[in-house]
Amino acid sequence: MIRAVVRYLDERSGTAPFLKKALRYVFPDHWSFLLGEVALYTFVILVGTGIYLTLFFEPSTATTYYTGHYLPLRGHEMSVAYRSAVDLSFKVRAGLLMRQTHHWAADVFVASIVLHMLRIFFTGAFRKPRDLTYYLGLTMLIVALLEGYLGYSLVDDLLSGMGLAIGYSVLMSIPFVGGNLALLLWGAPFPGKPDFESRMYVAHVFLLPILIATLLGLHLFLVAARHHTQFRESRRTTEKKVIGIPTFPGQAPRSLGLFFAVAAVLFLLGGLIQINPIWLWGPYHVAQGTNGAQPDWYLGWLIGALRLVPSFDVTIGHYTLVPNPFWGGALFPLLVFLILYLSPWLERRLTGEYGFRHLLDRPRDAPWRTALGAALFTWVFVVFLAGASDRVFVSFGVSYVGQIWVYRVLVVILPVVALFATRRLCLALQESERLGRIRKQAEAEARGEMPQPE
Amino acid sequence: MHAVVRRALATVIVVLALPAAAGAQPGVGVKAKTGKGLYAAYCLSCHGVDGSGVTSTSHPPGVLDVHGLGPPLKGVGALAADFYLTIGYMPLADPHEQPRHTKSPFDDREIAALVAYVASLGKGAGVPHPQPQRGDISRGLSLFTEHCAGCHQVVAEGGYVTNAVAPPLHQATPVQIAEAVRIGPYLMPTFPASQISDSQLNSIIAYVQWAKHPDDRGGWSIGRIGPVPEGLVAWLIAATALVGCCLVIGRRFQR
Ligand code: HEC
Ligand code: HEC
Repeated sequence: MIRAVVRYLDERSGTAPFLKKALRYVFPDHWSFLLGEVALYTFVILVGTGIYLTLFFEPSTATTYYTGHYLPLRGHEMSVAYRSAVDLSFKVRAGLLMRQTHHWAADVFVASIVLHMLRIFFTGAFRKPRDLTYYLGLTMLIVALLEGYLGYSLVDDLLSGMGLAIGYSVLMSIPFVGGNLALLLWGAPFPGKPDFESRMYVAHVFLLPILIATLLGLHLFLVAARHHTQFRESRRTTEKKVIGIPTFPGQAPRSLGLFFAVAAVLFLLGGLIQINPIWLWGPYHVAQGTNGAQPDWYLGWLIGALRLVPSFDVTIGHYTLVPNPFWGGALFPLLVFLILYLSPWLERRLTGEYGFRHLLDRPRDAPWRTALGAALFTWVFVVFLAGASDRVFVSFGVSYVGQIWVYRVLVVILPVVALFATRRLCLALQESERLGRIRKQAEAEARGEMPQPE
Repeated sequence: MHAVVRRALATVIVVLALPAAAGAQPGVGVKAKTGKGLYAAYCLSCHGVDGSGVTSTSHPPGVLDVHGLGPPLKGVGALAADFYLTIGYMPLADPHEQPRHTKSPFDDREIAALVAYVASLGKGAGVPHPQPQRGDISRGLSLFTEHCAGCHQVVAEGGYVTNAVAPPLHQATPVQIAEAVRIGPYLMPTFPASQISDSQLNSIIAYVQWAKHPDDRGGWSIGRIGPVPEGLVAWLIAATALVGCCLVIGRRFQR
């Protein structure tokens, strides 16, 4: 039966040789290689749930009045977009489940990309010839951040509106071009023309997902074309030879299992844990706000940066050249991504290794890279933590101003500490490994065995 | 000349009063039952004789712009006394700290006596009688978002405002909410009836009451403050579970 179907397809498409190759493709056998797949499957869930949401969501800022069953919103003036999102949550069958799963998936999507990226970074998988693959991955991360931000902003609840106001002010703060860019996107000073909502919508449901899918396709193509990297697990592993398990019957069932696991986790969260209860926030009206409004976690590092930068503006006479939000909201992320993009090139320059690298380092095998990476991510992480300082104050009573000053100090000190501590740790691990090897050899010799060649 | 003497005197009183303020612990040693007696035991050190206040410009500003230990109480009325006492803000332990919602050390009878005494010090507003059952929750949400959410968060979960905490409102009673709105304790602005009418106040209170147990569709509500706890769940529950899956599924095949 299967044979017949396969023959049917092959006769008409001629893809059997390609399929055969694909089925024999060898996957390296290590759990950390699955993190990227988690991101991939989360994206699949995002698209699936997202399509469901588009069937009911109406991206319009036209004014309407709520007449549904939810008491606290009765009679409120609101945009059609917000009302349709509330109705989607309350009236549409499985609407709330899909909305929540979609939102959780967005949070997890970025988290899994970050984990995947950390694995790539700390094992040196971004080295030639896979630097291009890495650049594509980083670009997907940026697009994912933007995509998530738009999703959060589309709904036109109180938090969306406040998030957009901050985004607008950050964009406006970019010297020379910011004002024009913001006007171009928004169409008018904040909150902008009604077209802005449709622009966000088109970007969120079409342009950016297509962009991610395209980048993803290229990314996966490059992975396959250049083949996976692998750890040096035994003497059998060399730069040339690949050891692992084939697509079928090894990797495919494993991967399918992972897909089900991802789907299960996301739908369980979507069904059991509340996320972004927009009906509680209420609709957005300009100049209204709520205390403690925050972006989704993956933009928390930008809020942290906005908080940590001391308040000053660069002015010439009465003209504000660089308004304050620029430093934390724009320059900081640009800098972080610039460093990440430059890493493969910098490493080549600094180590003088221009050749192909197919074998991965364990983090300890490249102490400088690991240490520098630890410093970079510590830096970002401290800034990220600072973004939640207001909630820490309310929940635990730790002085807010005190926290900000502590973070301002930590943001300088901790990366340096991380740098040296990590390097020391790597060297110590190497040393203890070396000692272990020597001891084994000595024991073998004592027993009168021939020493094993390494 | 006179001013200098008065300032010096005030400073002396302040210095003398400090240990007393810290030492006055209700229920310990003092047996006073009248309002005046209770006042003398627990309040006088900061609020002065007959509620004249203990203020001095030479004293570093403590709570807000109160230079000294406590503001005058003449004319604050039963409304303010009832609020500060029932909510446990007074007696304040440290004049440099924001008053916090605690269980009052006084029983109802003692509070009533103190309120009556403070009210007798001058002409002031009486304890309000809000009627939240007459309010409209929907109207309340609008008004709350407009006037209060910027500090207290839209579901009244509280938040940080410059140099203070705007407390969550889930413990406040309708009367206390009505009082707070008219007084504007600490950094909170005062909202006179010209700004928030009594009927609007009823709606606000109805909404705040509703927000104690809002509509928690969608499952476990993780705090109703949005993305910070959501991020924690995304990382600590979801990402951790998925990394665990990778570890289990990706365990090396036996070779
Ligand atoms: C440690 C000093 C201290 C003690 C003791 C103290 N208070 Fe106060 N009180 C203050 C300060 C400071 C304020 C201003 C706080 C504010 O604005 O939130 C205040 C404010 C008040 C107010 C509100 C005044 C207004 O203008 O609305 C009342 C009423 C009050 N206190 C009553 C009392 C009573 C009754 C007692 C005794 C049970 C007492 N206080 C004990 C320091 C004190
Ligand atoms: C500028 C910020 C701000 C605004 C606006 C504000 N509040 Fe407050 N509110 C505070 C602060 C700060 C306190 C704490 C006062 C203290 O500790 O003495 C407070 C205390 C309260 C309390 C006592 C809560 C408790 O349990 O301790 C109530 C009730 C309250 N506010 C209600 C309201 C209502 C209703 C509104 C809107 C009409 C409102 N507030 C607007 C800042 C604000």
